[in-house]
Amino acid sequence: MPTLPAITDLEQLKSRPELARLLSWNPEAVTAAKFDRDELSIYVDRQHVAEACSILRATPELRYDYLCDITCVDWYPSEPRFEAVIHLLSLQFKKRVRLKVRLSGDDARMPSLTPIWPAANFYEREVFDLFGVHFEGHPYMRRIMMPEGWEGHPLRKDYPVEGYR
Amino acid sequence: MAHLTQTPVLEPGQDRTMILNMGPQHPSTHGVLRLILEIDGETVVRMMPDIGYLHTGIEKTYEAKFYQQCVPLADRMDYLAPMINELGFCLAVEKLLGLEVPARAQWMRVLLSELTRLNSHLVWLGTHAMDIGALSMMLYCFREREDLLRLFEAVGGQRMFPSYIRVGGLAMEPPIGWLESVKKFADRFPEAVDEYEDLLTGNPIFRGRLMDVGHLSTADAIALGASGPTLRASGVDIDLRRDAPYSGYENFQFAVPISHRCDVWGRYEVRVQEMRESTKIIQQVLAGMPEGPIKADAPKIILPDREKMKTQMEALIYHFKIVTEGFTVPAGEVYMPIESPRGELGFYIVSDGTAKPYRVHVRTPSFANLQTLAKMCEGRLIADVVAAIGSIDIVLGDVDR
Repeated sequence: MPTLPAITDLEQLKSRPELARLLSWNPEAVTAAKFDRDELSIYVDRQHVAEACSILRATPELRYDYLCDITCVDWYPSEPRFEAVIHLLSLQFKKRVRLKVRLSGDDARMPSLTPIWPAANFYEREVFDLFGVHFEGHPYMRRIMMPEGWEGHPLRKDYPVEGYR
Repeated sequence: MAHLTQTPVLEPGQDRTMILNMGPQHPSTHGVLRLILEIDGETVVRMMPDIGYLHTGIEKTYEAKFYQQCVPLADRMDYLAPMINELGFCLAVEKLLGLEVPARAQWMRVLLSELTRLNSHLVWLGTHAMDIGALSMMLYCFREREDLLRLFEAVGGQRMFPSYIRVGGLAMEPPIGWLESVKKFADRFPEAVDEYEDLLTGNPIFRGRLMDVGHLSTADAIALGASGPTLRASGVDIDLRRDAPYSGYENFQFAVPISHRCDVWGRYEVRVQEMRESTKIIQQVLAGMPEGPIKADAPKIILPDREKMKTQMEALIYHFKIVTEGFTVPAGEVYMPIESPRGELGFYIVSDGTAKPYRVHVRTPSFANLQTLAKMCEGRLIADVVAAIGSIDIVLGDVDR
């Protein structure tokens, strides 16, 4: 079962309803897309991410009403450094989609999804704690895993993993 | 949705309320969970879970390990369902690799998953009932759990963390007679569930403590990201084993128990029914277990058998290379969700084409389910908090990772 090469051409992926819906709403919000190993990833501009989520949630033929997960990947030292990853699930159609938001290292902030899904609360705190990505509008942007007063964000790639503090 | 967003600034010294720390060393919190309660007499006004006491940085550790070294770490997250965590990790890596696992290995994985689910639900039932006051339930449940742990020990060499499911298949053939032992267990187990139900289901004290406690409406459960039995007991009909079958679950017939009660009793009913359904799956696996290899044919990824390694040159070379350099995984990313006893367990793995994962994130069900706790408890009595914690069945290793 060899894997097929990833499709990254927006034109080819337009038939996907999730992407088509977002493109028809605002073509500038979608910066790229990828279909790899049966999983669709849509790169969304960070100003539009909250609205894009609301649209995917509200569109009756998509109904992405369940927030699975929010996490982040650090691509240090390349820029834009961070990639926030949002996994959505449609409980009705049992389909999944992944939204990605690229964030630069010196301005790692994006809007919070807590107004749309209260479930985002813990996930965003975790990403803030371990990556230092700030979520604007979050009700309680404090560390969740590490102790209060911890220095640095452990899951960043430039965080020292040996030596003395 | 504003009513679900926590407003956790808890300041004592107001006229009526006081702050109470429940945990982190509280027996009914099932681990090192600290709950900060704002209470008015016996009533919980607000609650905030404080977690991280068991944070061991497993996601960071993954980035420094070869893929085959990651499997034991997966065990140690949800220590009540180790094999299901291993399975989630291995399925994700296999999806990245595009590796097909032989039928016998898939069926064995289903069998082990369901045994693990029983193991986990037994610990849940024993401790949950004990929290409520039915102390002897623990002894009954751990009696059956001991049999399960012996089965795990026989197959993987360890009781708690067998690391038996590997990328590409299983570590080795199960020992001779092991499947017969499982059969004996599965034949006997429904009677044990009857016994639990005799002790609990009709018990008026148990019913009184569970019914209409810890209410979580369907809309709130979805908005707060609950999954697994917690979501199904709020009336949402989803089970990844049926709706997104993995590892050959499409070959088995089983019902997905749901409840519309939305309370602790509903979660109790769902999990007890799940134990019965798991037993049915185990019986189906045992009846139709295919013959064949237990590992995929991929010598560059899977360690050779000991005998081959000591008699064949190529096998020795592959063994040396896998152990010293690991195996490389093509660049890409996958999110592999499976149904753990607690809900949706998702492994998100990013590979950069080397022998070590670039990033592993685990969407653990306990972490998400914990967010529902405040909603269940606010406005209720302190004693109901204990019932609600038991009903979402959290494992703190799974929450903190």
